[in-house]
Amino acid sequence: MIEARNLTKVFRDKKRGEIRAVDDVSFTCRPGRIYGLLGANGAGKTTTLRLLATLLRPTAGGATVAGFDIVAEPERVRASVGFLATSTALYGRLTARETIAYFGRLNGLSDAAVAARVARLADELDLHEFLDRRVEKFSTGMKQKTSIARTLVHDPAVLIFDEPTIGLDVMTARNIVRFVRDCRTRGKTVIYSTHVMSEVEKLCDLVGIIHHGRLVAEGSLAELGERYGVQDMEEIFIRAVGADGEEAA
Amino acid sequence: MNGQNILTVYGKELRDSLRDRRTLISMIVIPMLMIPGIMAVAVGVSTKMINKARGEVPTVMVLGGDDSPVLRAALAADPKLHLVRTAANWRQQISDKQLRAAVEIPAGFDAALDRGTPAEVKIYNYDGELRSGFAVGELRNFLNDYREKTVTTRLVGRGLPAALVKPFEVKTQNVAPPEKVGGNMIGGLIPYLFILLCYTGAMYSAMDLTAGEKERGTMETILCSPVARTDLVLGKFLMVLTASLTAALISMISMGITFVVGGILMGAPRMTAAAKAGPLPMLDPAGLLLVLAMVLPVAVLFSAVLLAVSLFAKSIKEASSYVSPMIILIIIPAMMGLMPGVELNARLALVPILNIALVSKELVSGVFHWQYLALIFGSTCIYAAAALAFCVHLFNREEVLFRT
Repeated sequence: MIEARNLTKVFRDKKRGEIRAVDDVSFTCRPGRIYGLLGANGAGKTTTLRLLATLLRPTAGGATVAGFDIVAEPERVRASVGFLATSTALYGRLTARETIAYFGRLNGLSDAAVAARVARLADELDLHEFLDRRVEKFSTGMKQKTSIARTLVHDPAVLIFDEPTIGLDVMTARNIVRFVRDCRTRGKTVIYSTHVMSEVEKLCDLVGIIHHGRLVAEGSLAELGERYGVQDMEEIFIRAVGADGEEAA
Repeated sequence: MNGQNILTVYGKELRDSLRDRRTLISMIVIPMLMIPGIMAVAVGVSTKMINKARGEVPTVMVLGGDDSPVLRAALAADPKLHLVRTAANWRQQISDKQLRAAVEIPAGFDAALDRGTPAEVKIYNYDGELRSGFAVGELRNFLNDYREKTVTTRLVGRGLPAALVKPFEVKTQNVAPPEKVGGNMIGGLIPYLFILLCYTGAMYSAMDLTAGEKERGTMETILCSPVARTDLVLGKFLMVLTASLTAALISMISMGITFVVGGILMGAPRMTAAAKAGPLPMLDPAGLLLVLAMVLPVAVLFSAVLLAVSLFAKSIKEASSYVSPMIILIIIPAMMGLMPGVELNARLALVPILNIALVSKELVSGVFHWQYLALIFGSTCIYAAAALAFCVHLFNREEVLFRT
């Protein structure tokens, strides 16, 4: 479960002054559901997810992730979260096995538990062929599978995905989408940020549209379609953020 | 702080670094080859140059002295001088290094000598030029001998003993133990190299573990693991320290091997001759070990500072543009320690790097000022701890970690 309450993040830039990257955002993601965070580039999606993963500290407001407060208990939050983004790369000079084991140990798993978890993830994600090869020699698909295994090594209750399919070919992107669905089936709480409308339609149970750091619309696809009088996700998005970038009524 | 997590991070960084060619080069290969390389080139080139210069009979021009055939004949008869024909452009010839020196004989020199009137002989040379210096030396030797002979002839002519002009002899004898001679000769150079290699050994590792991680996108991956920032920075710091100390240790071993092998290869006959002349310069082994102990807090200081500075950068290229000019800040105080006359005192004992350079010079000479050693070790530990605390502080600042 993720509960964000009036989450706000302000960056101070010498040239641009105060930037409200996330502005008073509140939402709830429940276990066994996928919450889609939809927004254009620079809308505040990544900052919101980094706040939830405790990579950044909120300027105001707060959130609980898997029951832990993101400000008071950041390390416990991170122990309950699997975070996957295109910006979370892997260590090229380690093998896939070493990578998964390293993150397992950092999550407090014993050597025996790490070995068992590596074996299980290798079976589930079909990693055996390249498990003992160095990541630097991997194809994008192999890297993505290893990243997924890295994200799942501690079996987190909450999964945060920040535009995980950006720059990937169709087959690799499909694997990611399938993996996200699997997480829902296993009862995980999933938050998924994207600006690809088709992914939202395929995956999300609930959608939050973020624009200029503010959550301008929220609901299931059906609810949003009804509210804006259109069924196409792209149209819903345009109407929600307004053609001139202003909030829709 | 979780020791297990620190060790996990350290273990991963060590494994990662040992697979990185560039880290291995800066940590092991350069320290291993630098000292023998410098010694071989410096000793080889300078020995060759000096021997060649010494072997050459200097070309000298005599200016004037047409009315002083006795002196001119004596000069021409000296096998250690090669006289050339007088030319008007002798100054130019000295500048062009075709001529090593010129000697000017004043008019009526022979006659003045017979009369007992003082006369002045001038030597023209190219200051700072090795071969010109040797030529001046030969000319001086010749003229001193000529003067002594003249004086002796005059004394004998008046029935006086020759010892009248040399009532006593002066001889110098070294009483310093051999390790003190060695300490003074190369004692300053050893800490200088240690300090430099400690810094360069840590440099690449620090950049790779911070700015390199940002550049490759692995920083965000590690930051979203539950490991505390302090554990993360300490694990990384231990790796940088390992690189720094490995560089220092390998350079020390390499230095030892260079001295032994160099001594056998190059100096065996010369060493025998030197042994006859007096004890060989040596270094105090206990002092050398103490130098390594003093280098430890310096390595901690360098590792923490380099880690902090590199963390601020977004890429290895940017980090490199910060840490490379910082070498100057290391070299200047380390070089000041090499200067003659700069001696250790309580105030200088608090100046980082310079204090280590100065005390190391004393240590390898077998001089142990324990109160300074304690002051230097203590103050360097405080600086190192402050740098490490600053590094941990930076690791907790999101504007540094996510600087765009």
